[in-house]
Amino acid sequence: MSGEDISVGDALTIAAAIRAGTASAVAVAEATLARIAARDPALNAFTTITADRALADARAVDAKRARGDDPGPLAGVPFAVKNLYDIAGVVTVAGSKIDAENPRAIADATAVRRLAESGAVLVGALNMDEYAYGFTTENTHYGPSRNPHDLARVAGGSSGGSGAAVAGGLVPLALGSDTNGSIRVPASYCGIFGLKPTYGRLSRAGARLFAASLDHVGPFARSVGDLAAAYDAMQGPDPRDPACAQFPVEPAAPVLGRGAGGLRAAVLGGHFAGGGQAAAAVAAVADALGATRTVEIPEAARARAAAFVITAAEGANLHLADLKTRAGDFDPMTRDRFLAGTLIPAGWVLQAQRFRRWYRNQVLALFRDADILIAPATPTPAPLIGQETMEIDGVTVAARPFIGVYTQPLSFIGLPIVAAPPRRPGELPPGELPIGVQIIAAPWREVDALRAAWAIEHDGITNAAAIHG
Amino acid sequence: MDRPIDFAAFVDLAALLAGLDIDPTHRPGVILNFERIAQMAGLVMDFPLPDEAEPAPVFRP
Repeated sequence: MSGEDISVGDALTIAAAIRAGTASAVAVAEATLARIAARDPALNAFTTITADRALADARAVDAKRARGDDPGPLAGVPFAVKNLYDIAGVVTVAGSKIDAENPRAIADATAVRRLAESGAVLVGALNMDEYAYGFTTENTHYGPSRNPHDLARVAGGSSGGSGAAVAGGLVPLALGSDTNGSIRVPASYCGIFGLKPTYGRLSRAGARLFAASLDHVGPFARSVGDLAAAYDAMQGPDPRDPACAQFPVEPAAPVLGRGAGGLRAAVLGGHFAGGGQAAAAVAAVADALGATRTVEIPEAARARAAAFVITAAEGANLHLADLKTRAGDFDPMTRDRFLAGTLIPAGWVLQAQRFRRWYRNQVLALFRDADILIAPATPTPAPLIGQETMEIDGVTVAARPFIGVYTQPLSFIGLPIVAAPPRRPGELPPGELPIGVQIIAAPWREVDALRAAWAIEHDGITNAAAIHG
Repeated sequence: MDRPIDFAAFVDLAALLAGLDIDPTHRPGVILNFERIAQMAGLVMDFPLPDEAEPAPVFRP
């Protein structure tokens, strides 16, 4: 099989071919770079292409194998990262014009370095909402990222470039970050898999923070096997991230094949009872996982509100110096929210953090009787670029803030979640767009969410295909 | 929040205290967004919490 053929495949297929010597990492990298050059102008997923590094890293992978050394579990797998991750020699812009003035990063972020040490080959940096404050990647400085399923629609955000690059078949693997839904929303809109691990599981060192007490990093892929392989490669403690847990690596990939056997699944009702396509997606996954019970998380709407307040305060404080001196250089899509966030009374934030403790205890109690909870990832499929409102059960709401209605109450307490598409894009009725579900597990039980996602993928319900334009 | 609140006045004074010189063209958007935050905060502040509910982030030396 030629490098060009194999490079459009899933990460583990590419790695297996390179490890076996039936494909070269350089050929895969060259084919990937050519595909990005041809197709990214339509998607606007990439903001930087690291061609020289990609070819050098690919040559190193091929040389390792030629010497008889192990080239790593992700040997020669092309990947790209949201442009808030440090890449040695590249300026970390985090979707902003202001940070484009920063010096080049001197080292890779921990997550990038760990993937590279596993043999993966970085090909570039991906578009996002400015400083990760958004759900649509309608970035004024760098242009909107477009949904591979319909170029008139958003790819989601804030990790929109990551969703578009993976769903568009440009790379099999990408990294994003998730503070309130920024991995799960693009995964839902683009019809691919995304993992938001437990808060503190993966190191954020070298990734530009947004709201530190809520920030997570995680991978996107088109298969659960790829998602787990990337997650496994990035695990482990890191003294450079104060929130990173001192846990040893708990590999998920070796146990995916156990499937959902023994996992008790329930559907989230109440706040999470969506309508339309969102409800149909949840019903399909619930059926596949044998979930017949519906449970309710108490006070989920307040949890969303508390996450909203904490995010606004933490995000604004982080950027206070620039907001004081050069507010006009912020993206108009984020600027007024950041400015408003600087004015929040302390009592609101502290009460939100105390509510977070109370709410965590309520939600953890649900995991006594369930291992997996199922909820929609987004209220609707991807809105149009520039869309200001959406209809939810006959009520018109402001589109952009509403997108996170189902994701915010869950990341608020750091639960591990796989966003998964319940329908193959090729099987969608004409005109129907993808929408994902959240497969939610108890803290530190990423493996349960991944096993459940793998089970529905292999029952043939969930499978994310690349959209080749 | 039973009594009407002059959010524009709050934003102007709080910005002064925070050392922010808000551009007049940005001001309406900031007021609108502050009102949205206040509405969300209202949901949080209305909820009675036990004293044992310690703030979620814990400092570890």
